[in-house]
Amino acid sequence: MSWLRAALGALVAVPILALLLFGMGRDPRAIDSPLPGRPAPGFELARLEGTPTRGPLLDAAGAALPDSFSLRADSGRIVVLNFFASWCLACRAEHGPLGEAAERYRDSGVSFYGIAYQDRPEDALGWIRRMGGQVYPALVDPGSRTAIEYGLWGVPETFFLGRDGRVAYKHVGPVSRALLAQRLDALLEGEAAGGDAATSSPGWQRGAEAPGATPELGVP
Amino acid sequence: MVIATGAGAPAHAAGAPWQARGADSPANRPQIPDSIVEARTREIAAGLRCVVCQGLSIEDSPAELAREMRAIVKEQVAAGRTRAEIEAYFVARYGEFVLLAPRPEGFNLLVYALPVVALVLGALFVVGFVRRWGGAEPDASPQGTGAEASRTRGG
Repeated sequence: MSWLRAALGALVAVPILALLLFGMGRDPRAIDSPLPGRPAPGFELARLEGTPTRGPLLDAAGAALPDSFSLRADSGRIVVLNFFASWCLACRAEHGPLGEAAERYRDSGVSFYGIAYQDRPEDALGWIRRMGGQVYPALVDPGSRTAIEYGLWGVPETFFLGRDGRVAYKHVGPVSRALLAQRLDALLEGEAAGGDAATSSPGWQRGAEAPGATPELGVP
Repeated sequence: MVIATGAGAPAHAAGAPWQARGADSPANRPQIPDSIVEARTREIAAGLRCVVCQGLSIEDSPAELAREMRAIVKEQVAAGRTRAEIEAYFVARYGEFVLLAPRPEGFNLLVYALPVVALVLGALFVVGFVRRWGGAEPDASPQGTGAEASRTRGG
C-alpha cells in the first residue's frame, strides 16, 4: 500500500512543482508581442522642435526634413522605430549605437525615428543635447497614442519594420551595435519575410512565431 | 506628463488612430449619455491590465499610461463600441496578457478547472476519511481507545 501512497503523492506533487518551476523561471515582464508579422500601425507625428542635431537632418534624397513625419511616407523603406525617454537610463546605452547605425544604413534605405515616450518636449530635447545630438528625427507622441498602438510596455523598445510595412521584429531593452547590424542586415537581405518575425530582448530569445496567423491590426 | 506639441502639430488631428481605421465613424452612432459612458468605461477598464504595473487594472492604476489607455477605452465606448470590440483592440496590441481574466479556452481552462478539481478531490478525501472513521467505530474493541488509535494510524 505504501507504494500506492507514494505514487498518489507524487501524482499531486510533481505537476505542482513542475508548474512552479515553469512559472518561476519566466520573467513576468517578458510578454510576447502580437505585433511581429502584422502591418505596422501608421502614425503622423510632429518633430521635436529644435531637436539638436549632429550634422544636418537630411533625408535620403538630401532634402531638409519636414516638421512632421508619417509612416506612410516611408513606405518601401525599412524603418527603425525607437521609443525612448529622458528619464530612461537604459536609453543612454543604445543612443550611440542607434546613431551610428542610422548613418551607416541611411543609403541602404533604412529610416530611423526616435519617439519620445511620456516625456516633456524640453526634457527630451535636453537629453538629446546631453547625448551629443541625434542624426535621426525625434518625434513627440501626444497622449502616448502611438506607443499604445505599438503595444508598448516601457522604454526602451525598438521596432524594426520591413519594406512590406509589417513589423518584422520587436526588441525590448537597449539595442546593441551587434543586434542592430544583425537585424538590419537580415531585413536588407529580405530574410525576415513574415515567418521570421519575432520578439527579442537581452535576457531571453523567443523562436520564430507561427507564420500565417497575422490578422489585420485594424479594429474588428 | 503628456507632451504638448508646438504649433502646427499634425498628430492625430483627424481623430484617434482607431477611428481612422474603423469603417463606422462615431458620428453615425447614436449619442450615449455621459453617465452611461462613464459607467461602461469603468466596467471595461476594470478588466484591462495596466501594463506598467502588472497586477492593477487601468481603472485602478494612477500610472500615466494606464490613464491614457483608459481615455482610449472611454473614447471607444462613447463611439458605441462593445466591450468585446474594445478588448480585442487592446489584445491585438498587447496580447492576451492585457486581459486581467484569461479567456476560458485552451490552456487557460486549467485556471478555471483546477479549483473545481481540487475541491472535488478534497471533498472525496474528506468523505473517505470520515467513512473510515465512522466505519471504525462499530468494531472498535471495548477495551479502550489506545488499540483503536494505533489501528487507525496503521490503517
